[in-house]
Amino acid sequence: MSDTHAQSVAFVRETQIPPSDPPSSQTGAVKWMHENLFSSWFYGLLTLLSLYVIYVVLAGFLPWLFNGVWQASSIRECREVLDGATGGCFAVLTERWNQLLFGIAYPQDSYWRPLLAFVLLFIAAAPVLFAMLPRQMLLFTAIYPFLAFWLIWGGTILWPLLALAGFIVGYVVFGRLVKQSFAYGFFGAIVAAMITWWIGGFIVPAIAPEQTLLSAVPSRDMGGFMLNMILGTVCVSLSLPIGIVLALGRQSSMPIIKWICVVYIEFIRGVPLITLLFVASVVLAYFFPPGSNLDLVLRVIIMITMFSSAYIAEVIRGGLAALPRGQYEAADSLGLDYPQAMRLIVLPQALKISIPGIVNVAVGLFKDTTLVSVISMFDLVGAIRGPILAATEWNGVYWELWLFAALLFFIVCYGISQYSQWLERQLATDHR
Amino acid sequence: MATLTDPPQESFQLSMLLNDTRYRSYTFQFIALIVLIAIMAYLMSNLFANLRAAGLNISYGFLTDPAGYDINQRLIEYDSQSTHLRAALVGILNTLLVASMACVTATILGVIAGVLRLSKNWLVSKLMAFYVEAFRNVPVFIWILMIGTFVTLSGDAPKAFLGENPSREMFLGGFAFTNRGLYMPAVTAGAGAGIVVLVFLASIVAAFWWRSHVKKTLFKTGKLLPAWVFWPILIVPAILAQLVLGSPLGLIAPDTMANRFNIQGGLLLGKPLIALWLALSVYTGAFIAENVRAGIQAVNRGQTEAAASLGLRPGRIMNLVVLPQALRVIIPPLISQYLNITKNSSLAIAVGYADITATLGGITLNQTGRAIECVLLLMLFYLTISLLISAVMNVYNKSVSLKER
Repeated sequence: MSDTHAQSVAFVRETQIPPSDPPSSQTGAVKWMHENLFSSWFYGLLTLLSLYVIYVVLAGFLPWLFNGVWQASSIRECREVLDGATGGCFAVLTERWNQLLFGIAYPQDSYWRPLLAFVLLFIAAAPVLFAMLPRQMLLFTAIYPFLAFWLIWGGTILWPLLALAGFIVGYVVFGRLVKQSFAYGFFGAIVAAMITWWIGGFIVPAIAPEQTLLSAVPSRDMGGFMLNMILGTVCVSLSLPIGIVLALGRQSSMPIIKWICVVYIEFIRGVPLITLLFVASVVLAYFFPPGSNLDLVLRVIIMITMFSSAYIAEVIRGGLAALPRGQYEAADSLGLDYPQAMRLIVLPQALKISIPGIVNVAVGLFKDTTLVSVISMFDLVGAIRGPILAATEWNGVYWELWLFAALLFFIVCYGISQYSQWLERQLATDHR
Repeated sequence: MATLTDPPQESFQLSMLLNDTRYRSYTFQFIALIVLIAIMAYLMSNLFANLRAAGLNISYGFLTDPAGYDINQRLIEYDSQSTHLRAALVGILNTLLVASMACVTATILGVIAGVLRLSKNWLVSKLMAFYVEAFRNVPVFIWILMIGTFVTLSGDAPKAFLGENPSREMFLGGFAFTNRGLYMPAVTAGAGAGIVVLVFLASIVAAFWWRSHVKKTLFKTGKLLPAWVFWPILIVPAILAQLVLGSPLGLIAPDTMANRFNIQGGLLLGKPLIALWLALSVYTGAFIAENVRAGIQAVNRGQTEAAASLGLRPGRIMNLVVLPQALRVIIPPLISQYLNITKNSSLAIAVGYADITATLGGITLNQTGRAIECVLLLMLFYLTISLLISAVMNVYNKSVSLKER
C-alpha cells in the first residue's frame, strides 16, 4: 500500500512540520484558571464567593492598616489626626512597646539583659535544632540556662555557678559509676549533686558580695512577651525529661510504678490548665514548709511543667508503642540491660517518631502561657488587659493591641511548626 | 539421689535485691512506694501546719451558705439568696451548655473547612489553609478576648427594634441582635407537648430500625427495599401528632410592641455566652478541619479506584467506601477535641460568662476564702467529665477497631 502511494504522490515532505502552539485556552494563565478556579459551575461559584469575601475583608482591613497613626500620645490625639477617616491607632504600640515586651516593672536600663538572653537563646538552641552544626556548640547550650538566669534575674553570679557546679559534679560521678551499673551512676549522681548544693548553700551567702555586677530583679517584675517566652522555654525544656520518665514508667511492667504514672498522667490531662494555675496562685503555698515564701513565677513554672510533662508523656508513649516489637526483642537478645536498651535502641527511635507530637505539645504550651494573666500576672495579654487598656489615654484601642499580640504568637508558633515539618523530612530514614 | 544432685541451695543474700532480676523489680517498687508516701506525708504535714497557723480547717459547710451574688445567664432557678452549691450547679450547667453548643458548631465548621481545604479549587483551599493556620497558631485565650471585644462592641440598642416602624427589622421575624444579647424565638409547650415529643422519639427509633432492616434484607435476599422511606417515618408521625393535638408545640417570637424600652418575651442569649460560643467554635473548628483532612487523606487512593472499578457512582464511593474508613481515623481525635472544648470553656472568665470556673472557682472562692476546697471540687468536676468522655471514646474505638485474625 505505502509503496504505491509513494510512487503516486507528487510531493512528499521530508521534514516534520514544527508543532503548532496549543490553543490559547490550553496554556498559561487561562488553562491554570480553568483547571484550578473554574473547572465546574460549582467551583466557579465558590471562587467568586471567596473573591468577594477576600475583597470585603481587605477593603476593611487595608485602609485601617495603611492609614494608621504611629505617633501620638493618646487615643484622642489619634482621632484628631485621623479626623474621621478610617485608620488604626498604632501609636499605642510605639508608646507602650517596652511594656508589651518586658512588662511594666522591669527596670528600663536593664532591657539589654533579657534581649541579650533572647539572642543567645538562638545560639544555644541551634546545635540542638540543627544536627549539621559542630557538636562543640553543645557546651554553650549546657551553660546557657545558668547564663540566661543570671542575665534576666541578675544578682550575684554565685548562685547560678553553684547550680552549674552541682550538675558538673553529678555528671562526673555518673561517668565514674555508670560503668558498674546505670542505677548506681544515676542515683550516685543525684546524691553527689545534692551534697554539692547543700554545702554551697552555706558558702554562697557568706562570700556573696554586697555589690553585684547586675542588679537583682525580683520575679514579680517580669512581664510582657518576655514572661511568655521564659515560661514557654523553661517549662518545655523541663517537661521533656520528666515526660520521658513518665512514659517509660507507664510502659513499665512493675505495677506500682505503672499505676503511679497512670494516675498522675490521667489526672493532669483531665483538668484544665487554669485550675492548675489556681492551684499555683492560691493552694500551692499551703504545701510548702511554713514560712517559706516561693515566688509566684516559680510556682507557676512548677504547675505548668507538671501539666506539660503529662502531655509529653502521652506523646512519647505513642512513640514507644509505635516501635515494632522486634526492636525490644533484638535489644534483649543482644544482652543489653534495661537502661542500655532504652538509651541505645528504643528511645532514639521512639523520640524520633514522637517529634511532631512533642512540637504540637510545645506550641500548645507556649500558647497556654497566656493564661497566667488570669491569675493577675502581667504577661503580654495581662499587660494589654491590665495597665494598657485600663489607662485613660489608651482606653478603647482594642484591635491594634490584640492583633499585635496575635501576630507575635503566630510568628513564633508558625515558625516552630514549620521547623518540625522540616525536621520530619530530615529524619525520614525509610525509603519511599 | 546419689547420681542426681540437687542444685546448690542458694542462700538469700542482700545483694540479690539489687542484682537479681527476680527480686529487683520488688526492690524498685518498694523504694518508689516509700518515696511516694514520704513525699505525700511531707506535703500533708506542711498543709496541716500551714492551716493551723492560719486558723483554717478543711470543711465543705460553706456550700450551704447563701451565695449572695447574681448570675445573669442561668438554666435553673437561682437568686442571690441561693446557696453556693446551687451557684456551682448553675455554673456546671452553663459549662455543659456552652460546651455542647460549641461542639456542634465546631464540628460543622471543621468538616466544611477540612473538606474545602482538600478541594481542587486553588483559591478556596488556600483560604481554608489560611483560616486553619491563623487559628491554630494563636492562643485560644487571645481569640476569646478578641471575639469577646467584637461581640461587646457590636449590636444596636433594643430601641432600634421597637415600635410601629423600627429602624431595624428582626432577622427572619424572630432574631434580634442587640447590645443586651441575641433575642430569639422561644419554644412554648402546651397541653400534649409531651406526647408529640414521645412520638418523635419513637419515630427516630422506627426510622433507624427501618434503615437496618433494609440493609439486612439486602444482604440476605439481595432485594433492595426503598431506603428513602427513612425520612417520612422520621417526620410524618410527629407532624400528624402536632396537627391532631392542636399544635401544642409552638414558637413565640420576641415581642417588640409590648414595651417601649425593651424587647419582651422570647429567649435571650447573653453576650458572654455568644462570644464564648463563637470563639470556641471557630478555634476548635480549625483543629477539627485538620483532623478531617488527615482522615480523608488516610484512606488509600486504591480504595477509591477499586470502588470506581466496581462501577460505583462518586456519591456512593464517598458514602460506602471512603467515609466509613475515614471516620475510623477522624472520630478519636474529634472526641478529644470535644474534651478540649470543655476544658477551654473554663476561660469563660475572660468574657464574664458564669461557668463553673467563674462561679465556684471565682466568686465563691474569693468570697469564702475556701481555696483548697473550691479548687478541689473544680478539678473533680472536670476530671469526671473527661473520664466520662474517654470512656465513651474507648467503647467507640472497640466497636470500630479492625477485626483482625
